[in-house]
Amino acid sequence: MNRRRISIRQELPLLVWLVFVWGALWQDFSPGNLLFGALIAVVVARLFYLPPVELGGRFSIVRAVPFAIVFLGKVVAASFQVLFLALARGPKVTNAVVAVQLRSHSDLMVTATGHVLSLIPGSLVVEVDRSTSTLYVHGLNVRSGEDIANLRKEVRDAEAALIRIMGTREELAALKEEVGA
Amino acid sequence: MNPEPSAVDTIVDAVSAVFMVVGALMSLGAAIGLLRFPDLMSRMHAATKPQVLGLFLLLASVGLQLRTWWVWPVLFVAWIFQVLTVPVSAHMVGRAGYRTKHLHKELLTTDELEAVVLKAADKKAAAKRAADEDDGPA
Repeated sequence: MNRRRISIRQELPLLVWLVFVWGALWQDFSPGNLLFGALIAVVVARLFYLPPVELGGRFSIVRAVPFAIVFLGKVVAASFQVLFLALARGPKVTNAVVAVQLRSHSDLMVTATGHVLSLIPGSLVVEVDRSTSTLYVHGLNVRSGEDIANLRKEVRDAEAALIRIMGTREELAALKEEVGA
Repeated sequence: MNPEPSAVDTIVDAVSAVFMVVGALMSLGAAIGLLRFPDLMSRMHAATKPQVLGLFLLLASVGLQLRTWWVWPVLFVAWIFQVLTVPVSAHMVGRAGYRTKHLHKELLTTDELEAVVLKAADKKAAAKRAADEDDGPA
């Protein structure tokens, strides 16, 4: 098997995460335990080799923290919305499947957008077209053309926020141009 | 255990009580949604969203009640795995459900996926026909 070597820098977020999970599961963050966890993380990452995740090369914590808070708020809103719809409309709820073309073509960005969408109000990803990076989103309680436009905007906004946090510089520049225009 | 609860204890207890009740309510909401919604896709909405928040609130109240910092990483990991896996399972179920037609078309205002799936199915059928012809008549 032909394996492309990846740099330790690219693998570092994965290793840090594995060590964190190790420490959390042992409930022990002493240096010795973490060192042993790091050893196991490296062995696991070498043995169970996965295609490397191509990170954008930048991560803006200033954007990430407000996004996380807004995201949590949206999860709360989504939960109450679903609860309300289940009680108030129930079997009479109308939906739509909407195709939304994303800006980014990176797998990480499409995946992250899909995850965010599935947890915020009214949307669920049904199908992904990787070649054109189009998401097919199932919207709950979509009744009119206006609702469809809102849903589409919501998807594009979620992607824009994620690009601002961890998109590549090219994506960021393209986004800035689009917003400015 | 202190015999007399301090003010902080009271606040922590109150917050975790609220979290537990709301968390349980969210799980109840997910169950009601599963029963009341008409088709598979809208049921997946009910199965993903309130459930994730419900688990978050219940884990948070566990963390508040145990009062030891080392449980927080475990609870965090548990929740993150939930957040990562729930959309994936919902997507897989939704995708399979769409293709096996477990949905009510009359409840959809638009369906922009239908044409794409039909086209893919046509292509597959054409490929199959071509393959059958290659085999030749028996």
